[in-house]
Amino acid sequence: MNKILITIDGKGYLVESDKTVLEVARENKIFIPTLCNLQGIKPQGSCRICTCMIDGRMMTACTTPVSNNMIVITKTEELDKLRSNIVELLFAEGNHFCPSCERSGNCELQALAYLYKIMVPEFDYIFPNRNVDATHPKIILDHNRCILCKRCIRRKKEAENPTWFVFKNRGDKVQINFDHELTADFDDEMAQKAMDTCPVGAIIRKEKGYDVPMGKRKYDKHPINCDCIKCKE
Amino acid sequence: MSEKQSPKTFLPNEGDDSGCSCDCGKIEAILAKYNNDRGRLMDILIDVQDSQGCVGKEAVAKIAKVFNMSKVDVVQTLSFYHFFSQTPRGKYTVYLNDSAVAEMMGRDEITKAFEEEVGCKFGSVSEDGRIGLFDTACIGMNDQEPSAIINKRVFTKLTKEKVAKIVKGMKNDFEVEDLPCTDVQDNILMQGPILTKDTEIGEAVRKAVFMSPEEVIEEIKQSNLRGRGGAGFPTALKWRFCRNAPGEKHYVFCNADEGEPGTFKDRVILTERPNLLFAGMTIAGYAIGAEEGILYLRYEYKFMEKQLEEVLTNLRNKGLLGKDVAGKEGFNYDIRIQSGGGAYVCGEESALLESAEGKRGEPRDRPPFPVVKGYMQQPTSVNNVETFCSVAKIMHKSAKWYRSLGTLDSTGSKLVSVSGDCERPGIYEIEWGFTVQDVLNLVGARNVQAVQVGGPSGKCIAPNDFNRKLAYEDLSTGGSIIVIGKQRDLLKDIVMNFLDFFIEESCGSCVPCRAMTVQYKKKMEKIIAGKGVKKDIDQMLSWEKVMLMNRCGLGQSACNPVISTIKNFRELYDAKIQKTDYVSQFDLAAAVKESCKTAGRIPNLGGNHE
Ligand SMILES: Cc1cc2nc3c(=O)[nH]c(=O)nc-3n(C[C@H](O)[C@H](O)[C@H](O)COP(=O)(O)O)c2cc1C
Ligand code: SF4
Ligand code: SF4
Ligand code: FES
Repeated sequence: MNKILITIDGKGYLVESDKTVLEVARENKIFIPTLCNLQGIKPQGSCRICTCMIDGRMMTACTTPVSNNMIVITKTEELDKLRSNIVELLFAEGNHFCPSCERSGNCELQALAYLYKIMVPEFDYIFPNRNVDATHPKIILDHNRCILCKRCIRRKKEAENPTWFVFKNRGDKVQINFDHELTADFDDEMAQKAMDTCPVGAIIRKEKGYDVPMGKRKYDKHPINCDCIKCKE
Repeated sequence: MSEKQSPKTFLPNEGDDSGCSCDCGKIEAILAKYNNDRGRLMDILIDVQDSQGCVGKEAVAKIAKVFNMSKVDVVQTLSFYHFFSQTPRGKYTVYLNDSAVAEMMGRDEITKAFEEEVGCKFGSVSEDGRIGLFDTACIGMNDQEPSAIINKRVFTKLTKEKVAKIVKGMKNDFEVEDLPCTDVQDNILMQGPILTKDTEIGEAVRKAVFMSPEEVIEEIKQSNLRGRGGAGFPTALKWRFCRNAPGEKHYVFCNADEGEPGTFKDRVILTERPNLLFAGMTIAGYAIGAEEGILYLRYEYKFMEKQLEEVLTNLRNKGLLGKDVAGKEGFNYDIRIQSGGGAYVCGEESALLESAEGKRGEPRDRPPFPVVKGYMQQPTSVNNVETFCSVAKIMHKSAKWYRSLGTLDSTGSKLVSVSGDCERPGIYEIEWGFTVQDVLNLVGARNVQAVQVGGPSGKCIAPNDFNRKLAYEDLSTGGSIIVIGKQRDLLKDIVMNFLDFFIEESCGSCVPCRAMTVQYKKKMEKIIAGKGVKKDIDQMLSWEKVMLMNRCGLGQSACNPVISTIKNFRELYDAKIQKTDYVSQFDLAAAVKESCKTAGRIPNLGGNHE
């Protein structure tokens, strides 16, 4: 693989040319916040939170391939303000009652809210009327908490027809929909995988939960983008 | 649907009371018509919707089975488009335009007339299942509003009396063709170099195919032609990228989605100058090395499909499509029509390709651009209807001639669709460089408060900007010019209508596009209700940056109605806001109303609450 030169936050890196900006940043321990991206699945820039200044333009790091002499700025006061607005919008758009959520402490959205020190959003809460679908034998889909990142959809590769999770409707009426028949024989492992794919508490396993008490969960111990030696190594 | 059915009432499926159950044989026939090709899902859904009145459970199951898709995946595509439905929409389905101009032209009265005559509200189907009433976004008839689509046919300049007659016809089982109506007018009120009929189509194509493809691209480059779809990208450059991109096949797409409210110039080209358009598409095919051209036609324009098919057949008969086009050995090229399903965002070129592949019309991440990976992952050039017409004219008359028109940076002419508060709405072909005031004089507009240039995604300008030029270097427009008279409430009648349009038409992928548009609406409601403060205006301005994070042009410009009116009509906002720092939005009486009702007690709220 031929290597190319890119500059991230003023520092030069020789990188493989088939990578995205986000992949390169991660390899070099440069933090760019993400929500709709999950390592190992095809990126689709929908949350927009990984937006960086790339060659002077706002572009999403997770979808932009590196190119020679590219100049990337991952963090400015303005970018952080815009990213924090996105987190706020997601809280305003859905119904997120963290204290009663099984993912509290393990939730990427919540972790980013702490990172950006969000107290009261500048947006109006919409309080949408959304359902909880608990009819599946192994998983619960709580639409109140879904941030519509599509990770669950993209987890299954395009070639592997038929798809399990899909989008439905459009605009502010979009929601996740999944095929109950095709997923009826999910075992515990598959259910766990579905839950782990979700960045928030929208996909939850049935009959299992709260194994790790609140306060001792992932981001309870070390916040996202934690500066401690263990997290940075 | 009602329990009591009189014997004469229409049921979508006689003898079945489970809502919609479909005729399986028919669905199989539709699938076979498209060779059981998953890529033709849009056409299949359209045909099923047309023949069954909906795409019900059974149809979804059948399609899913044949394509080895999950049922929810079929619904994923189906639920994206405005004109597809999982529940019956009636034997006759009325789609009444709700664009801002339709409202200006008296849509309210027509709404009421339909509701009274039919006996049900918009958004529902009459009890007997016969007539459905639904809203729809701009149908490209702003020059003859109020207008509606009924079973693909367009009914223009509606009045209460016409509505009564139409509904009577529907109640009497008339064929849609036999319903009384006013036909679509072309309203070409000023012709210029593109619309003037002085080009022999065969000649233009022959001239091109006996040059080398590179020479054709060079000629277009010399003309300085830029895309007419809005973005103004140099056409020759796009073609060169596409031609040079490796792929098994190359494709030409004509973007006839024309969804920007207030634009209808492509409609007029499609019905009045289709030969010119197809000549341009053929020249493009030759230049980029394609064998297939696809015209993506918005669902709203289905009424013209038959005529377009006839034109194509005619061109084939003349040897201007098919094998060895125009006598050029080895240049095989044909054009087919792909219908949309009702989604403004499908006008965005990558969303258009997704839709043409039978998927949700969600814009793609770029790079890669369509010229490299487009339709079916092959190099594809997407161009606007008017762009192709310009191409045909340039090939016929030379780049030099074309360059002599317009301004240095914006060569040639531009078709503008003018509507709203003016005496002569219609199509005007102007040279680039005309000022807004020039156009206002042409159309007979007086007492103008504002002009919306480029549709909702464009700008709303005030009289002190009317001397600005229409040109890529000044005020760029894809063709929509809406004149807004002094009698209008700009914020309520225009800005709110546009915001609703964007909320409805967002594909829903990007967080700011999906969620911020709703926040804008909330803030505007607050300001219009007289409860806003200066901070609300400042916030709306600061959110523009967040909107620029969106993936496509829809989301990036969805705040323009608010931003451009704040910038150009600040006094309207200032007149509405409170001169304090903070106005409480909390309404205690409303907040406790429900719980008090449940508990059966009368709250003591202090103050003078009820
Ligand atoms: C939301 C949205 C809607 C669009 N609608 C149209 C349209 O209806 N017709 C069109 O030609 N271009 C439309 N465009 C622009 C297309 O993406 C594309 O730039 C254009 O078709 C290219 O053709 P051109 O180079 O000939 O202008 C739209 C863009 C966006 C972002
Ligand atoms: S269910 Fe979870 S993974 Fe799926 S879209 Fe919603 S938030 Fe994302
Ligand atoms: S900006 Fe809006 S319409 Fe465009 S891709 Fe994003 S969500 Fe879809
Ligand atoms: S992580 Fe890149 S857009 Fe969501």
